[in-house]
Amino acid sequence: MATVGIIDYGMGNLHSIAKALRYVASDEQIEVSFDPDALARMDRLVLPGVGAIGHCMAELHRLELDDMIREQLGRKPLMGVCLGIEALMAHSEESGGVECLGAFPGDTVHFAGPDDQPDGVRRKIPHMGWNQVRQERHHPLWKDIAPASWFYFVHSYHVVPENAGHIAGTTDYGVRFASVILRENVFAVQFHPEKSQSAGLQLLANFLEWDGAA
Amino acid sequence: MTLAKRIIPCLDIDKGRVVKGVKFLEIKDAGDPVEIARRYDQQGADELVFLDITASHEARDTLMDVVERVAGEVFIPLTVGGGVRTLPDVRRLLSAGADKVSINTAAISNPDFVREAAYRYGSQCIVVAIDAKNVARKGEPPRWEIFTHGGRKPTGIEAIGWAQKLVSLGAGEVLLTSMDKDGTKSGFDLKLTRAMSQSVDVPVIASGGVGSLEDLHDGLEIGCADAVLAASIFHFGTYTIQQAKGFLAERGVVVRDPIYR
Repeated sequence: MATVGIIDYGMGNLHSIAKALRYVASDEQIEVSFDPDALARMDRLVLPGVGAIGHCMAELHRLELDDMIREQLGRKPLMGVCLGIEALMAHSEESGGVECLGAFPGDTVHFAGPDDQPDGVRRKIPHMGWNQVRQERHHPLWKDIAPASWFYFVHSYHVVPENAGHIAGTTDYGVRFASVILRENVFAVQFHPEKSQSAGLQLLANFLEWDGAA
Repeated sequence: MTLAKRIIPCLDIDKGRVVKGVKFLEIKDAGDPVEIARRYDQQGADELVFLDITASHEARDTLMDVVERVAGEVFIPLTVGGGVRTLPDVRRLLSAGADKVSINTAAISNPDFVREAAYRYGSQCIVVAIDAKNVARKGEPPRWEIFTHGGRKPTGIEAIGWAQKLVSLGAGEVLLTSMDKDGTKSGFDLKLTRAMSQSVDVPVIASGGVGSLEDLHDGLEIGCADAVLAASIFHFGTYTIQQAKGFLAERGVVVRDPIYR
């Protein structure tokens, strides 16, 4: 039986993502674990998370999960969700500047403040609620998901990949930002697929079927 | 392409059932929470709010069971409130499948609880519920004060400054109820909603007073709310969520149109 490991480093609510993956799984076994050895043996990995990146990277390091993730990059499909997308970048300006896992060259930056938006329109920060994702390339992960589908977001920072070729989806909120990034068998989303109704469930199902080829 | 305004049905839960009170007097049974949650999800609700109106110890376990069952088959954000007073309360609700918890009275007796909960679990899951009443005399500019205990107990706290304080402590969203309007079906308190929305950086959910689709529209457009909460117009089948969204979309409000399965 194929196994999917949800990386548990004590941050955020993993129950939601586990529930949604179990809901769409056909025969995959969904496991939540903080054991690097057990996770390294899984067929695919999910890196979720909410909260601040400084604490996230510190906990990944303390639990020896950061090295495990770096070793597994390129070996099996891995999906980052919300804070997970930020953790996969090389660096983040959050928490006073933090070195991250480095799967994607580039940085994570804060949205402009509500009253400092590029077009002068006041926007609440965090960017919270349903917004659309523009599919920037054809990919098996977009199978059966309509163009410009709605997904649920909650975040104050967004990623800026150096290589535009890594951007698989974009979203507009004052700026056009990368909401889905993809490189070989690592893919990451800024939104919460586990809370994005049918489009989100379809994306999770596509991840379970994905062989990791780009 | 932009952020959509959210439509949020609110389910009052009493002993594991959805109920709807008419001015706190007659409590009508409105059905099974899981069934109703599933129906709203299919109609395109953007989130769901569950308010536990009994909050006794036995009822808490029933509530956990409801949250757990809903979270197992409805994949949109779920907020749970009513009697959330301690960090273990927050943890239990999140573990049962809630995405956000709503803190009301506990924030007034101990604002530090909001800070601790946001620090421990993240601002994104901490909603503060504020029940406000206009206490200005005739002829004076409006001034809103926080009331507790279902609008019976004044606190002397000015509502907007209070919300700003709780946001600075880490609250990620404000659920704002007008006690003057709640149950009247005469529309939101638009001045209150607008003043609040323009005074805090986090999203504001307007609540209290919805009787028509125009009221939803006005709350979002005139009140500048980021989301609107309603109960009776949806529970008793006056309108579906689709009808509400269709009405709003025709008037230029950006709403999510989900692809139905």
